[in-house]
Amino acid sequence: MRAETMPRERAETTVQGQAAARPCLSVEGLTKRFGGLVAVNRLDMTLHRGEILGLIGPNGSGKSTVMKLIMGLERPTSGAIKLDGEDIAGLPSHKIARKGVGLVFQHSRPLRRQTVFENIKLALLPDSLLKLFADPEVDERAKAIAERVGLAKVLDRRPATLPFADLRKLELAKAIARNPRVVLVDEPFAGLTQSEMAAFADLIGTFRAEGRAVLLVDHNVKSVAALADRVIALYLGERVAEGTAAEVMRNETVRRVYLGGEIRTYARAEASFQSAEPLLQVKDVSVFYAKAQALERVSLHVHEGEFVSVIGINGAGKTTLFNAISGFVPFSGEIAWAGAPLRGKSAAAIARGGIVQCPETRELFADMTVREHLNLGGHRLTRAESDERRSWLFDLFPILKERQKQNAATLSGGEQQMLTIARALMTKPRLLILDEPTLGLAPVILEQISNALEHLRRTTSITMLLGEQNVTFALPHADRIYVLEHARIIWEGPPARFAEEMGTGYL
Amino acid sequence: MLKRLTPAPLFWFTAAAIAVAALLPLWVSGYVLGLLTVAYYFGVFSMSWDLLFGFANEVNFGPTFLLGLGAYTAGIVDNRFGLPIWICIALGTLAAIVAGLVLALPALRVSGPYFSLTTVVAVLILQNLIVVFADLTGGEIGLTVPDVISIDAATNYWLALGFMVISGAILFTLSRSAVGLILQASGQDKVQAGALGFNVTKHKLVAFLISAFFSGLGGALLVFYMGTASVSTLIDVAVGVQIIIAAVLGGRRTIIGAAVGSIFLIGLTEALRPTGELATLIVSITALLVVLFFPNGLFGMIARRERA
Repeated sequence: MRAETMPRERAETTVQGQAAARPCLSVEGLTKRFGGLVAVNRLDMTLHRGEILGLIGPNGSGKSTVMKLIMGLERPTSGAIKLDGEDIAGLPSHKIARKGVGLVFQHSRPLRRQTVFENIKLALLPDSLLKLFADPEVDERAKAIAERVGLAKVLDRRPATLPFADLRKLELAKAIARNPRVVLVDEPFAGLTQSEMAAFADLIGTFRAEGRAVLLVDHNVKSVAALADRVIALYLGERVAEGTAAEVMRNETVRRVYLGGEIRTYARAEASFQSAEPLLQVKDVSVFYAKAQALERVSLHVHEGEFVSVIGINGAGKTTLFNAISGFVPFSGEIAWAGAPLRGKSAAAIARGGIVQCPETRELFADMTVREHLNLGGHRLTRAESDERRSWLFDLFPILKERQKQNAATLSGGEQQMLTIARALMTKPRLLILDEPTLGLAPVILEQISNALEHLRRTTSITMLLGEQNVTFALPHADRIYVLEHARIIWEGPPARFAEEMGTGYL
Repeated sequence: MLKRLTPAPLFWFTAAAIAVAALLPLWVSGYVLGLLTVAYYFGVFSMSWDLLFGFANEVNFGPTFLLGLGAYTAGIVDNRFGLPIWICIALGTLAAIVAGLVLALPALRVSGPYFSLTTVVAVLILQNLIVVFADLTGGEIGLTVPDVISIDAATNYWLALGFMVISGAILFTLSRSAVGLILQASGQDKVQAGALGFNVTKHKLVAFLISAFFSGLGGALLVFYMGTASVSTLIDVAVGVQIIIAAVLGGRRTIIGAAVGSIFLIGLTEALRPTGELATLIVSITALLVVLFFPNGLFGMIARRERA
């Protein structure tokens, strides 16, 4: 008999028998390297039955990699992952799943042509080639699970017709169906409204009540604080804090990672730009991705020469906002550039009009050299202009001059980020949009990029829109701040006031 | 359970179509019967291909690799050793499955576009081997087999029809079964299928072997119907493309649509014969238009309307 069909009563008694004696999952010296990048560095971590552990960290901290390593979606470079004493590190994911680890994916990816019922049923099927038809009790169990997560009314609908929250419940239902000992939940609350979050938290709470071990992976402590018994904070692949949510929030290192120690601000008053109408005016912009609302009536404006930062955790909608401005995603509402509406213009036309975006993914061409990237950026300039622009950029980022003949793939993360910015600046933009330039970079590199931005602000008339979750980096480079949370702008003001009004609530 | 398997109107429509097809020899000329016989065999090739494309989400450009191995192995065994026809056919089928395994084991590790490229290369290699070992295979001239299953057009026709109906029923049932559901999940999202505990490679491999079984068996039967086998009629990449177009034309993920597409394609080519050289062009353009504007194919449109 398969473990999944074990009656729940028995599962519970077993759990109580062994309660808390030995950890259900224990991670020992786990390390993962991607080429030269150390994503996870000698991590130790334990997780007990009936416990909810929050694993938090900013983007690039390695938390998602830890989750993938446990599930077997990535192979660890070294270290052990023990499930009730048995090392499962490096096994293929289907074997790990059968041993009792389940993953609730952040992005719902149900079978599109099958109904909700069939999607749940799929998760109940054995990995057998001979069982052409499922056992009759599978149907009953699928219905019971649907009832439990609140999908009973939509059993016969196709996923495409469901609201976003129901799709998330479907992912949860599939995880429950496997009756896992360890449940990994990736960003449990992303994209949910307050009331949906509460319902989702209740469901995750029932996992704990059943004696399952639950790992919540999220960006900040706040979102998992109410649910997690214990929290581990990661930064640059290492554990920087562990304890209750309150303890982790008070932790000095965590505060520095998220808020920065001492925040310096050099804001120029907005009044000094108000001579003309704003260069960029975003008004009531909403964006939907299928069911999920990524932006909700967002309005902001940027004056010529102004540096504006949009602060928000991952998933808040920063990238969507920038993509709407750059013409990559359809939106409702209005976006005006130098007084003229941008709607209906192609992304290429918008870029030629002077709005250039440095995407968070950098989008460099792996097999092209630094020099070729810069030439590509300057392809519309005359020879003389291009040469002049390039030597100016080499002053701004001296390391790029040394790396001219190297392929982008061989650059370090920081050098790649500098090249991304330099390539954008080659096009002589009026507005430079930087989407999370600090992603996964070490503090010393941040300082170099920080200095370059400060130089741009003092010596040029360029306008900048910066999207960041790293407040320490965002504040010094901002004349004005917007805070984006759950698709909405919730705060606007000068950086000096941010620390007072938003600072502590932002962990 | 049965109700779920057989959407009623579609089931009765299919049954009626098969009944009419079974009675055709009573009033249709031998020439038309011959045409349909070949169309039915190609229907099986297309249905086997749809199992891989529609469900496992892998584009196999080498359907002719599998059917060609079945046909040539059966033909050569008959030529050389004069074994009973049914043994030749069994050996041909076996050869297709074994070669399918040898090809798919490494190829499925790279799934996606690289899998597709591997299958094209397999066809080219087989084509070369046939030319190189001309004394065994008949090379570019083709292979002639001494035996045929029957010289009666109606018998051959009924055999082909029966083969197509049984293959179609098995493949259709498989595609709607629990195993078919897992195969679809593996095709649509292998990361999630793995996280749900399914061995994605195993399921895709078996789908490929099932495809190889029906293609190889069909190829072997076909060679004993035609009495000959040649690179240009069975192996050439263009023949493979024809099988693929038939499946897409008929409707992805429908299995039955692939057979309908195959009959339609051969029928259309025949109907356009008076236009001479233009026939191929018109058929190609028709296929192109269907793929561009009705990517769900003829049968896909019907199935969708019924569902709505």
